[in-house]
Amino acid sequence: MKQDIILAGVGGQGILTIANIIDYAAQKSGLCFKQAEVHGMSQRGGAVQSHVRLSDVEIYSDLVPKGAADLILSVEPLEALRYIDYLHVEGKIVVSRNPYVNIPDYPDLDKVLDAIKQSGNHVIVDSEKLSRDAGSPRSQNIVMLGAASGFMVLEEAILIQSIKEFFKSKGDKIIDMNIEAFRLGREAAGT
Amino acid sequence: MTNKLLLGDEAAALGAVHAGITAGYSYPGTPASEVMEYLIKASGSGEFKANWCVNEKVAYEEALGVSFAGKRVLVSMKHVGLNVAADPFMNSSITRINGGLVVLVADDPGMHSSQNEQDTRYYAQFAQIICLEPSSHQEAYDMTRKAFDLSEYFHIPVVLRMVTRLSHSRAQVKERTVREKNKVNRADGKDWTLLPVNARRRFASLMKEQKMLVKFSQGSPFNSLDLNEENTKLGIIASGIGYNYVMENIKDLSPPPSVLKISTYPLPQGLIQDLAEHVDTILVIEEGYPFIEKNTKGLFGIKGKTISGKLDGVLPITGELNPDLVRSALQLDPLRRKGSAHDWLPGRPPQLCKGCPHIDTLKALIQALETYPKAVVFSDIGCYTLGALPPYNAVDTCVCMGASVSMSKGGSEAGIYPCVGVIGDSTFIHSGITPLLDAASLDTNMTVVILDNSTVAMTGGQPTVATGEKLENIIRGLGVDLRHIRRIVPLKKNLEENAEIIKEEIEHAGLSVIISFRACIYEARKRKKGANK
Repeated sequence: MKQDIILAGVGGQGILTIANIIDYAAQKSGLCFKQAEVHGMSQRGGAVQSHVRLSDVEIYSDLVPKGAADLILSVEPLEALRYIDYLHVEGKIVVSRNPYVNIPDYPDLDKVLDAIKQSGNHVIVDSEKLSRDAGSPRSQNIVMLGAASGFMVLEEAILIQSIKEFFKSKGDKIIDMNIEAFRLGREAAGT
Repeated sequence: MTNKLLLGDEAAALGAVHAGITAGYSYPGTPASEVMEYLIKASGSGEFKANWCVNEKVAYEEALGVSFAGKRVLVSMKHVGLNVAADPFMNSSITRINGGLVVLVADDPGMHSSQNEQDTRYYAQFAQIICLEPSSHQEAYDMTRKAFDLSEYFHIPVVLRMVTRLSHSRAQVKERTVREKNKVNRADGKDWTLLPVNARRRFASLMKEQKMLVKFSQGSPFNSLDLNEENTKLGIIASGIGYNYVMENIKDLSPPPSVLKISTYPLPQGLIQDLAEHVDTILVIEEGYPFIEKNTKGLFGIKGKTISGKLDGVLPITGELNPDLVRSALQLDPLRRKGSAHDWLPGRPPQLCKGCPHIDTLKALIQALETYPKAVVFSDIGCYTLGALPPYNAVDTCVCMGASVSMSKGGSEAGIYPCVGVIGDSTFIHSGITPLLDAASLDTNMTVVILDNSTVAMTGGQPTVATGEKLENIIRGLGVDLRHIRRIVPLKKNLEENAEIIKEEIEHAGLSVIISFRACIYEARKRKKGANK
């Protein structure tokens, strides 16, 4: 059993938070994992991605090979497309429909969403709305984690436990908001 | 012992803690910063010293003091940091290292966050000492521990070479037992006083030791040769993260090639020879420069054998390796993909954060220079280097730490006017003080703008040694004319006033220093949180 995931978004959207929560969950599930991330310069509002690899046997490469990703989880539509060549022929894209426009040449959103739809297996989620519904506009990343969670090899209960663990120091209110964000995302993806 | 979830940098740092270090020293730099961040956390209530230092040279020398005292010490830095520390590094190889001294250097192939992709293995070879190169988190932990033993056994510093992909990847690490710290046991001064009479003796001793180092490498538990009798055509030499990409793809090769994994340098000559005798073609897969490949090939190659890799173009000679490039080098077809990348996607380069004080300083600078089309802005290493990109296009150079000040002086003396140097507070402390002293002593006609945001921002907000008043006092102490040390506050509402001050100082025919003082927004947020608690 193996699952390769590409996490994508823009610096500041909380991509590494998603990665950390998945890491906790993988550890708790007794799986082998490797998770490569980006620090430093590119975190400043640039494109950010993280490669997550889960397996029940030893993993060598920290990077996902092109064509091997079972899942692209993106908190931003344009950023999902950037990694489309990593997707396995039967891979799935779970993506937010809400663009993060901080560049002058951001393409037409319909063109971006059409390109995502054309790549087949996809779930598009209004993470902006759902995060507001959950009470925290900053929780779009957790909405997207929830939306993708039904397609992961990790159990829902373990992911929720990992969210609690991750936000432990921030208090119950923040934990509850994020669990609600996760739940709304999962519901929206219909899993 | 438990399994821990760690970044590669943290795995190495934990290895050092468990090897019984008395101190850890560093200067922030991607991708090595997380080593010291972990050490600071792990040092708790003073179990050992763990400090950020003024620069890498200072960090290295502090480490030498610890080693002299007989205690173990880790000094960590990014690859270009070793250029700054090259003087103590090279000389320390002929001191008789006493307490184990491990130099963790994180290279950045692909230049994710660096100005070059130099390969630290050349430095280890230059100093003629041992270098260990982990492929995995467990190895990063285990090799760091072992490196201390080797340093004490051979009395040399030992280099641990990391690369971005390992430094910034997370995985599980199995902890081993914790070793006690060394007791103070000072070294013999004769081995550390590198007067010619001692240095000659010490250098001869290092030369004599070289055979022993190769012998160690030959039997090192971190080097392994897996010969496949069935395949005499292809053999692979792989090192570091390159080994992972080979193993990722090897299941698709039939019959599988022989693989020599090299993680210990100097190169294990005998193992390379064993592989060469067994196969027709050796493919070398290594992250960074073609170090193993060049050394194996020598000037004339191995008669009757093909040595392949980066030099013959089977792998690109620049940038970072990945599983796909290695797959292609192994002559395997690419994996089937769902789609190919769209060529109409715009890039999303990094940019200054909303509300960043640098934005306001850059805007004031741009406005001040409007009437000086010949102005040159020499910049430096830090977030403000992003001022080179649109929409600012405001800086002309970025070479190395501190060069903004020294290049301004050179530029001014060569006839450029106006010459403006732009440098952050921590970069100034790291390497800007000495060139400013130079400029002050001659009152060179140039203007230095110090962007004091009170933190080492680009690498994640590490503390800086001098900011605000303390920083200004340093500048005063260097002998800069007090009338030409000016302060501005980079805020939108101050744009006109700030541009005017910059202009006035450009018009001054001598050295001026303008301190643009406002905390990084993250630093300000951190302080606000701290104050509310």
